[in-house]
Amino acid sequence: MSVSKSDAATIQNTEDIVRLRQRVRDLMKNEGFSLVDQTKMVTAASELARNALVYGGGGAVLVEVLKEDNGRTGLRLIFEDHGPGIADIDQALTDGFTTGNGLGLGLGGSKRLTNEFLIDSSPGAGTRITVTRWM
Amino acid sequence: MNTIPILKLGEYLLVSIQVDMHDRLALQLQDELTSMLVKTKSRGVLLDISFLEMVDSFMGRMLSNIAAMTRLLGAETVVVGIQPAVAITIVELGLTLPNVRTALNVDAGMEILRRLVDFSDQKGGYECQQE
Ligand SMILES: Nc1ncnc2c1ncn2[C@@H]1O[C@H](COP(=O)(O)OP(=O)(O)OP(=O)(O)O)[C@@H](O)[C@H]1O
Ligand SMILES: [Mg+2]
Repeated sequence: MSVSKSDAATIQNTEDIVRLRQRVRDLMKNEGFSLVDQTKMVTAASELARNALVYGGGGAVLVEVLKEDNGRTGLRLIFEDHGPGIADIDQALTDGFTTGNGLGLGLGGSKRLTNEFLIDSSPGAGTRITVTRWM
Repeated sequence: MNTIPILKLGEYLLVSIQVDMHDRLALQLQDELTSMLVKTKSRGVLLDISFLEMVDSFMGRMLSNIAAMTRLLGAETVVVGIQPAVAITIVELGLTLPNVRTALNVDAGMEILRRLVDFSDQKGGYECQQE
């Protein structure tokens, strides 16, 4: 597997979230992902970027286009923040659980909307979430 | 600073969301819509989101808020034109959009508004008689 394209962006305000949505949309359209795949990944990107902004105090995202040896294409997003981290990941992933005033759907929903979902977080150290959608 | 235009269409308001809104713009739309509703004494709001390419939990919350606020102001909201790919994603995300009425397109939405407004007029009349 190789990374055929990669770029990074910061997430400091809600305009950055809009820009990320557009970036993900454009990349996936160019690579030939279906409209439904694009929409799912754009929505997951929006949720995770907002979490990084709201709970992580801002962060960064790495956007990668992946090519597998068998030719399969994927899009990977790696979100990183240096906020308080997530103490109980299972609880955070539960639909309806929120410590803010959200619906508690962002994390669980993003997991359902992507093919691979990985959380790396510990209290005090920040949070890294990696999601991948394959064509 | 760009804004979302709100059109008056008879006794209804029509809002067509044509851009990918950042959060502040979405909150601004809520504010402007409610003040416009009061100013024009409109009975219904048609919210056309057929140009919207995604609805995340924030946008879902906004749609529910608008529906709840307009109801408190004696009006009804119908959200129209959700794209199929967006509908699929909303379900998988887990958004249930409680209290948000939806219709396929503006015509169907208008029909629902008409019936809702008629119904609430009748109900009002009935309650008056009882007193
Ligand atoms: N990057 C993060 N850093 C710290 N805590 C986080 C982070 N992301 C999520 N959380 C925690 O996990 C909880 C659940 O997140 P999730 O996105 O599922 O719901 P929400 O953001 O509260 O509401 P919604 O996304 O539906 O608007 C959050 O309330 C927060 O406590
Ligand atoms: Mg969230």
